[in-house]
Amino acid sequence: MTKRIYADHSATTPLKKEVLDAMMLYLTENFGNASSIYHEGRECKKAIENARVQVAKAIGATEKEIYFTGSGSESDNWAIKGAAYALSGKGNHIISTVVEHHAVLHTLKALEKEGFDVTYLPVDEYGMVSAEDVKNAITDKTILITVMFANNEIGTVMPIAEIGKVAKEAGVLFHTDAVQAIGMEEINVEEMNIDMLSLTAHKFYGPKGAGALYIRKGVKIKRLIEGGAQERNQRAGTENVAAIVGLGKAIEMATADIPAKKEKLSRLRDAYIKKVMEKIPFARLNGHPTMRMASNANISFEFIEGESLLLMLDMKGISASSGSACTSGSLDPSHVLLAIGLPHEIAHGSLRVTFGDSNTMEDAEYIADSLVEIVERLRMMSPLYEDAVKSGRVK
Amino acid sequence: MYSEKVMDHFTNPRNVGEIEDANAVGQVGNPKCGDIMKMYLKINEDTELIEEVKFKTFGCGAAVATSSMATEMVKGKTIKEALEITNVAVAEALDGLPPVKMHCSNLAQEAIHSAIADYYNRKGIDPTGIVGCDGCCEACHGHSHEEE
Repeated sequence: MTKRIYADHSATTPLKKEVLDAMMLYLTENFGNASSIYHEGRECKKAIENARVQVAKAIGATEKEIYFTGSGSESDNWAIKGAAYALSGKGNHIISTVVEHHAVLHTLKALEKEGFDVTYLPVDEYGMVSAEDVKNAITDKTILITVMFANNEIGTVMPIAEIGKVAKEAGVLFHTDAVQAIGMEEINVEEMNIDMLSLTAHKFYGPKGAGALYIRKGVKIKRLIEGGAQERNQRAGTENVAAIVGLGKAIEMATADIPAKKEKLSRLRDAYIKKVMEKIPFARLNGHPTMRMASNANISFEFIEGESLLLMLDMKGISASSGSACTSGSLDPSHVLLAIGLPHEIAHGSLRVTFGDSNTMEDAEYIADSLVEIVERLRMMSPLYEDAVKSGRVK
Repeated sequence: MYSEKVMDHFTNPRNVGEIEDANAVGQVGNPKCGDIMKMYLKINEDTELIEEVKFKTFGCGAAVATSSMATEMVKGKTIKEALEITNVAVAEALDGLPPVKMHCSNLAQEAIHSAIADYYNRKGIDPTGIVGCDGCCEACHGHSHEEE
């Protein structure tokens, strides 16, 4: 088998050894139910509370404001539905953006069917929403603003602190889906006036199935999962102790030195982008040129389709992702790429490479070199390219 | 998710290219939907045998593989035989396609029909009675509207 280069870290990340080591004890010896009063239970309870402190520290919160969930999607559902139901007496208007993750968008769609009114703010050509637009969208019926911290597809980092300020001034709750941003951007819920924040461990080298929701002290939202008194009676279900321990350890490691991590990843990303843009004509970088996650490079290649691109990269040992319709199982290409104004045919030919801890400069160069060859090959096969040559657009 | 045969035809597509002096050219699909197939045929006017065939495709792995397979299937066939090739036959020849990709095999069938329609049009013969569907069908049909 050829050497694999994993460059899809926005999809998920491998578990770090230190994280697995921390988890192992709770998959074996300390198997207790954290609700039990005897030794095994107490050990688990302690471990969960330790993880809660680790999560709180990573985002500038206090441990009582952290609630463990089963995923980022659950955290988003809980924050949005929970706030909507709790505040429905006050108003029914929610503000969001057109580029949110489906965990947010589909939750909002579901609420619309129940009579809530949602404003989906547009973004500019770089995928950026304006805090001014958020401010102008607020009405006396507005009960919640939910804007993602960083976009999972094109990497654009939203003006969260500005939006937080707007929300605070208007007295409206502010939730952010920070699933992509943990460990990539410095986050402080106090300074940024964030009332609720969703995160999930598997995006930062922790286990899958381990999410958390930060809920600011004093903010009351409705719980979605009824049952036992876990998570201070807000989220029932026996705690997945090992996963929670893994989440705690992973977030501690991921946020230990964000500037160094950003520096390393952006070096790889920029070298990759530079080489691709220099060597491949009719390519377009999607997302913000500077306000973007250090890991993310999303580039569209005209005349070719993304799934073919992924299959060929896979044969060269490279794992990446695309916003093409053929990879999503639906008619349309990525809603994010369409929202930044790409025509369908160009959106179909997009490639998202997201670098991570294991990647090297050699990987970045190898992916770029492979792309030069693959894009050329697919273009020679493409009737759209043939048309462009015949019309003189391609010299 | 793809059969070995699909991957083989995707990795080493047969008959890629164009025929300069083709006397039958058909293009189906739509860039908006993410797949376009263009098929070039050289048909012997005396024997009505398809002597040469080439294709170009913009699309996913299944689109490329079905194009490749369809060109293999029409090569050396008469017009009549080529028109009898169904989308199901193309998919079966590839050891099946994932359900969401079945529309790609429709596209292959339509590309054959569209090229043959062009052959008759060039000769001043109305192809409708012979070809049936000339590939003019709603280009995106068969796609699933899963989202929203």
